Amino acid sequence: MKLKSLLSATALAMLPLGGSMAFAEDLPPCDNCSDEMVLMSWGGAYQASQVAAYAEPYAKLTGVKVTWDEGSNEAIAKMRAASEAGNMTYSLVDVEGPDSQRACDEGLAEEIDFDKDLAAGADGTPASKDFGAAMINECFVPQIVFSTTFGYRTDVKEWNGKVPEDLCAIFDLETFPGMRALEKRPKKNLEWALLCDGVPKEELYTVLSSEGGVDRALAKLDTIKDQVVWWSAGAETPQLLADGEVVMGSTYNGRLFSAIVEQNQPIAMLWDWQVFDFDGWVVPKGQDEAQKNRVMHFLNFATDTQRLADQAKYISYGPARASSQPLVSKHATLGIDMAPYMPTNPANQKNYLVNNIEWWADNQDAVEVAFQNWLSK
Amino acid sequence: MLAADGTPLKQSLNRALRRQKLRALLLIAPLLIFVLVTFIAPIGDMLFRSVENDIVADTLPHTVAALAGWNAESGTPPEEPVYRALASDLMVAVAEKTHTQLGTRLNYEDSGFSSLLRGTGRDVDNMGEDVTKALVAVDPVWDEPATWTSLLGDPAWITAQANWAKAGDKSPEPPFVLSTAAQQSLPATSAAYGDFARVMQTVKNDSPTEKRPWNLVAVGLTEDLRTNPAAADAFGPEWQPRLAAIVAAEQAGAIPTTGFAAAFAESDKAWATARPWSVIKVFSPRFTSGYFLNAVDLKMTPEGIAPRADSERVYIMLFLRTMVLSLAITGTCILLGYPVAWLLANLQPRTANLLMILVLLPFWTSLLVRTSAWKVLLQQQGVINDLLVWSSLVADSNRLVLINNQTGTIIAMTHILLPFMILPLYSVMKTIPPSYLRAAKSLGATDWTAFWRVYFPQSIPGIGAGSILVFILAIGYYITPELVGGAKGVFISNRIAYHIGTSLNWGLAAALGSLLLIVVLVLYWVYDRIVGIDNVKLG
Repeated sequence: MKLKSLLSATALAMLPLGGSMAFAEDLPPCDNCSDEMVLMSWGGAYQASQVAAYAEPYAKLTGVKVTWDEGSNEAIAKMRAASEAGNMTYSLVDVEGPDSQRACDEGLAEEIDFDKDLAAGADGTPASKDFGAAMINECFVPQIVFSTTFGYRTDVKEWNGKVPEDLCAIFDLETFPGMRALEKRPKKNLEWALLCDGVPKEELYTVLSSEGGVDRALAKLDTIKDQVVWWSAGAETPQLLADGEVVMGSTYNGRLFSAIVEQNQPIAMLWDWQVFDFDGWVVPKGQDEAQKNRVMHFLNFATDTQRLADQAKYISYGPARASSQPLVSKHATLGIDMAPYMPTNPANQKNYLVNNIEWWADNQDAVEVAFQNWLSK
Repeated sequence: MLAADGTPLKQSLNRALRRQKLRALLLIAPLLIFVLVTFIAPIGDMLFRSVENDIVADTLPHTVAALAGWNAESGTPPEEPVYRALASDLMVAVAEKTHTQLGTRLNYEDSGFSSLLRGTGRDVDNMGEDVTKALVAVDPVWDEPATWTSLLGDPAWITAQANWAKAGDKSPEPPFVLSTAAQQSLPATSAAYGDFARVMQTVKNDSPTEKRPWNLVAVGLTEDLRTNPAAADAFGPEWQPRLAAIVAAEQAGAIPTTGFAAAFAESDKAWATARPWSVIKVFSPRFTSGYFLNAVDLKMTPEGIAPRADSERVYIMLFLRTMVLSLAITGTCILLGYPVAWLLANLQPRTANLLMILVLLPFWTSLLVRTSAWKVLLQQQGVINDLLVWSSLVADSNRLVLINNQTGTIIAMTHILLPFMILPLYSVMKTIPPSYLRAAKSLGATDWTAFWRVYFPQSIPGIGAGSILVFILAIGYYITPELVGGAKGVFISNRIAYHIGTSLNWGLAAALGSLLLIVVLVLYWVYDRIVGIDNVKLG
């Protein structure tokens, strides 16, 4: 597993370090650049961490006006619509790894020359080496490693003091009765269903590719289908858990972190078989030159070693640069140690999956149709 | 009859009227243009996508032409030239990154096509590699990109290119032109090389003089020389020995005859069957009924129209569900709205005004706020369930499921659409003189008879107007079912939104949208025939 070295590096290197101030002299001048940018991201706690870590510092240094669009869950549709209309209104778009693959495959995103376009690491490592395994295709500038995992309520009377310890508690309605929240997409759900149907990790995608593999996963999901609330935005699960509407549910680990640590909800994490994924930027094709210059200038700043490390102080996602990892330490306002909440912490990654981007890029279209049809039956 | 100026009266009257009409038209012109530009045109453009199908013919032009002679019903895969055509189309498509879009398009019709094209797209580059190698073994000069440009390029282009290279400025390289000699005596080579040079120059921003051509070009050259060993005569003396060497190697059996059919089958065994080819052939026309068929759970096959597999049949069910739920919502709106409207129409004006504000207040509140409020009220740990448990009507372990199902959709949408029922009802009831009821009663009618025989018939136009408003609004509703409907309480519009935003199947979304529009128009027409649109009063 290529990702493994990166993951363990994050976990080991949680040393406190200060000094994240950015000064104007650090920034190279930007020639022929527009003074506005439209950034598309996910909203919520994640976008807030981006604003605090680099968008606001950049705006302060340069006086550029930054507009946010919270449309990342429909990023490809919006980019495609803008591209067909011949008017690319977005400067930079935050997408998950698989979506970046799609944008790249469909020619919607610019290809990035890592060593030329991006800053070298603080220790001088060239960007392409610093990002390492996180570079999943030539259009994608990774920012963070995140995981999709489960949270459960710690005060469910019906469970008689039992606590879910492994993933398959999701499918165990007898020991752990109550509603569950799952994402309204096939990805991850199918893998989890197969894991709990007795398929070993190594054979997951062989089974999924084989005839009837997807149906087998859906049949497993059928066993809990009427006990599931389907979510499409990452913020829904923490809300549903906090309201007591569901007793367990999947979401991004940073969202659960906010609910548990910042809002003190009676929720705990179930890290078993968390799925690792990357999130990062793509530069949409079809921008005029001044706009593109501005974006590349910002991108260079926003993905340097210090800025990526800064972001991890606001949300518990691991920075995608190896050189940023030693700089991640304590939460920016709460002052707590971030390590136990990082998906990359060894204690949290006894069992894990890494999103198989190639398989999903190839099979997304077919599986998505099967899943949505299954859902509406 | 003549007017004062001697023209016929009719004519001069017409002229005066025309001027008046023109002035009226000018007055409404801003609105008309606004509606045309911002409403009709985009909708028309969107709906057009439901039949538009350029992508197959645009991405696979050679394949579509080659498939013309193949019988899709034969059940056997096509001949070698078709595979060759697909290889050359795919080389271009992979460079332009359009093969993934085509895969997505054909995946709508045949699940698995997307992965098939993506996988083969990765392999197609290596097909025919052995021919290129054999050619280089015959003469290393074929490994030089410039060899090919000087063999196949037009002399005028070669000069222009050399001048451009010498100038070294930033202007783009002159577009590659094939020589007439090459086109006539080496047709397969020229066709492949023409594609290659165009892709290099327009997509990759590279010069064909610096890039090794595709294997397809080498395959084309060996094939041209096999069919026409005398082709070398068309070229200058320096080419004669080089081309003759290939012919000799060819006759000595040193050049492999690539089977593209075998190479495709090796990449994915599906290519050795008739299925993917019949899908390409069936969907090669520039206009298709495929999206509309899909929208009613059918699909097009070489044998004709056939129903989709059981697991894929969802749209008819969704249309029916939308109808039934919208009818239920309209019904509950009538039941709840009628008494309120009656109260409003018959109370003292001061109290009635207060009540009217209560009706209008939610109307002025954001739709999202109201829907979110229903989420809080209806959920299992929500206000309504808490009250029911507190009053011991419902056991704590047995809380009602009021949200994320059809119940949730009906409750929330009834509330949201209620004002659209109450307001027309109220304005109609306002016009019914109370003296009619008094007269009926004074003639001996009971309260019920007076209401049912005298009052109710007069309020029917209000019910009609309210129902038509509520029903048509409900049938196209999207955000409320999305938020409170869960998986089972969503409408066809949610599916349309899904295809626009997530699956990106805009053609199907447009077809579903068109069908929804047609359904509404038909219902409107039926309503007009039964109730009569003239009987509908909004006040």
